[in-house]
Amino acid sequence: MLEIRNLHAKVGNTEILRGIDLTVHAGEVHAVMGPNGSGKSTLAHVLAGRESYEVTAGEVIYEGKDLLKMPPEERAREGVFLAFQYPVEIPGVSTTYFLKAGVNAIRKHRGLEELDAIDFLAMVKEKMKLVEMDQALINRPLNEGFSGGEKKRNEIFQMGVLDPKLAILDETDSGLDIDALKIVANGVNAFRSPARAMLVITHYQRLLNYIIPDYVHVIFDGRIVKSGGKALALELEEKGYDWLKAEVEVAQPTIA
Amino acid sequence: MSNQSKTIEALANQEYKYGFVTDIETDSAPRGLNEDIIRLISSKKNEPQFMLDWRLKAYRHWVKMEKSEGEPKWANVKYPPIDYQDIIYYSAPKQKADGPKSLDEVDPKLLETFEKLGISLSEQKRLSGIAVDAVFDSVSVATTFKEKLSELGIIFCAFSEAVENHPDLIKKYLGSVVPYTDNFFATLNSAVFTDGSFCYIPKGVRCPMELSTYFRINQADTGQFERTLIIADEGSYVSYLEGCTAPMRDTNQLHAAVVELIALDNAQIKYSTIQNWYPGDKEGKGGIYNFVTKRGKCVGKNSKISWTQVETGSAITWKYPSCILQGENSIGEFYSVALTNNYQQADTGTKMIHLGKNTRSTIISKGISAGHGQNTYRGLVKILKGATGARNYSQCDSLLLGDKCGAHTFPYLEVNNSTSQVEHEASTSKIGEDQLFYCKQRGISAEDAVNMIVNGFCKTVLRELPMEFAVEAQKLLGVSLEGSVG
Repeated sequence: MLEIRNLHAKVGNTEILRGIDLTVHAGEVHAVMGPNGSGKSTLAHVLAGRESYEVTAGEVIYEGKDLLKMPPEERAREGVFLAFQYPVEIPGVSTTYFLKAGVNAIRKHRGLEELDAIDFLAMVKEKMKLVEMDQALINRPLNEGFSGGEKKRNEIFQMGVLDPKLAILDETDSGLDIDALKIVANGVNAFRSPARAMLVITHYQRLLNYIIPDYVHVIFDGRIVKSGGKALALELEEKGYDWLKAEVEVAQPTIA
Repeated sequence: MSNQSKTIEALANQEYKYGFVTDIETDSAPRGLNEDIIRLISSKKNEPQFMLDWRLKAYRHWVKMEKSEGEPKWANVKYPPIDYQDIIYYSAPKQKADGPKSLDEVDPKLLETFEKLGISLSEQKRLSGIAVDAVFDSVSVATTFKEKLSELGIIFCAFSEAVENHPDLIKKYLGSVVPYTDNFFATLNSAVFTDGSFCYIPKGVRCPMELSTYFRINQADTGQFERTLIIADEGSYVSYLEGCTAPMRDTNQLHAAVVELIALDNAQIKYSTIQNWYPGDKEGKGGIYNFVTKRGKCVGKNSKISWTQVETGSAITWKYPSCILQGENSIGEFYSVALTNNYQQADTGTKMIHLGKNTRSTIISKGISAGHGQNTYRGLVKILKGATGARNYSQCDSLLLGDKCGAHTFPYLEVNNSTSQVEHEASTSKIGEDQLFYCKQRGISAEDAVNMIVNGFCKTVLRELPMEFAVEAQKLLGVSLEGSVG
């Protein structure tokens, strides 16, 4: 589904991604871990098409198409979804209204008929149950005055409604207490399907107690330096990131 | 340029939809302004002597004003001097000597013009209950639903007709809120006003339909000076709508209207405006100068006047719909959305003058600036000595799209009573790249995202509009924004 080859990207004059290679198939859940500043979130935003990042080399093939050529809204319509680490607030626009615009833009792109209010709300009701989303919350202006947990839950809820093929979760666990974390993780698990791939970006292992990944990758200094199964995450939890840094420096002394 | 600004730039190219000209024979006065022109206007309208005298008083006062300080200079707008001798002060579509008696007698070209604007003057065709008075250049061409309204004792007619048929009401109320000496443009209007709407709601009557005036400037080089007077007698209620458009021309045209509202005991007036005069082209050439004086007086106790305006048109807007809260417990409200794009300038706001005890006022102003637009909120809250227990709440929010536009806020407070309460909140925000990216990541195009964010920003004001108007206003905001964020 997703093939990232030698991806380089920079912000301003700072190169952040320095050659990412990653292959993701439908139905798989990949965890991407790494210390702060390693490039995890940058990878998420580059895949979603954030304009402030400049791709300087490499390619990304998504469903056989050149993802990097598409503007961000087209990527979304093709099924790429990003759950934001810091979801923005839009005063005066309810989550329901906002999502209906999104759903219908996506449906239109795929040659489907737009949903009317009744069908849309019926669909939304179903998805709300999965993340224990409150009706009152989705009638309020988007993310305005939401707690950290409510914002994250809203992201997962939106993922459910928009039904993406590739979902990228950017540090969805950050700032959540354990109860909120469980609700979010349960939501994610409910939306796992053989047709959908997920890229779960996280700093901590604890989220992976609830969302069991098929693969774990560690990013360091803009590259994936180690890949493995679930056990790798536990190893990181135990030893921290420092042993990896030492290992990388031995292998590629030029980086340091 | 980023992709984002390109998309928004591309949106800029939508043309002003109402820019057509109606080819119709007119009866116009020669250019320029002098006492003879005023006598001509007055005689064209078959006015009684008192009206002519009032006009002449105003004219003489205006001449003095022009010689001394001239136009008001304090507004945060820039424009070249206006040559008042180069304006045509009276222009009317040619018609039979006595004027049309019914819609069947109105020139079909005029009806067609209003159809094109989406204003059907044919009563049978109107689905919603809105009575319309259509003003074309200097005259009112048709008023719908007159008979139905008159069964309730409601008078809704052209201003000139009211002067003829209801001179007592005119004598009593004309200039009682905006005196002919009020300000440069109001004084000019008092001298040369040509038509407008008049409305009287009798005691205890709740007007069953929205009343509406639609103003259309057609002729080149004419000024439009209309006068609206609305009187809500004790315990009555009326909701009034005003809309306006003009053809696209590369010269500026002057629109200097006066609106006076009077609410007696327990009466309520709700006045809504969607102002969509031609704003000029993308380089700032042409467009209407909208220099308007609107004021309401809550004369009676427990009365209420509410102004709601959506200002998207005009090259320059200079307008401060205000309330004089004289009656005890009276309420004044001002809800405003002002949008400036390209080279438009707006200096708008309100004055809330608290005279009576326990009077209350609310001001919600939303300014949106895009392109090179300059948007100024200017508001005065004045609480006089006798206004014990008066309260005011003001909220002024500005939204900027791009970095070449400006938002300015000038709130003035004068409080002379220690028992009063005044609150003021202000904010300025930008449509951020973050917000746009978030929307796009959900599949929403940049233009839809901007519209959504702007409409969300204006929501507290738009919901004050009558239903049909709210939908129109939302669409209008979208169209007017095309080409924002450079």
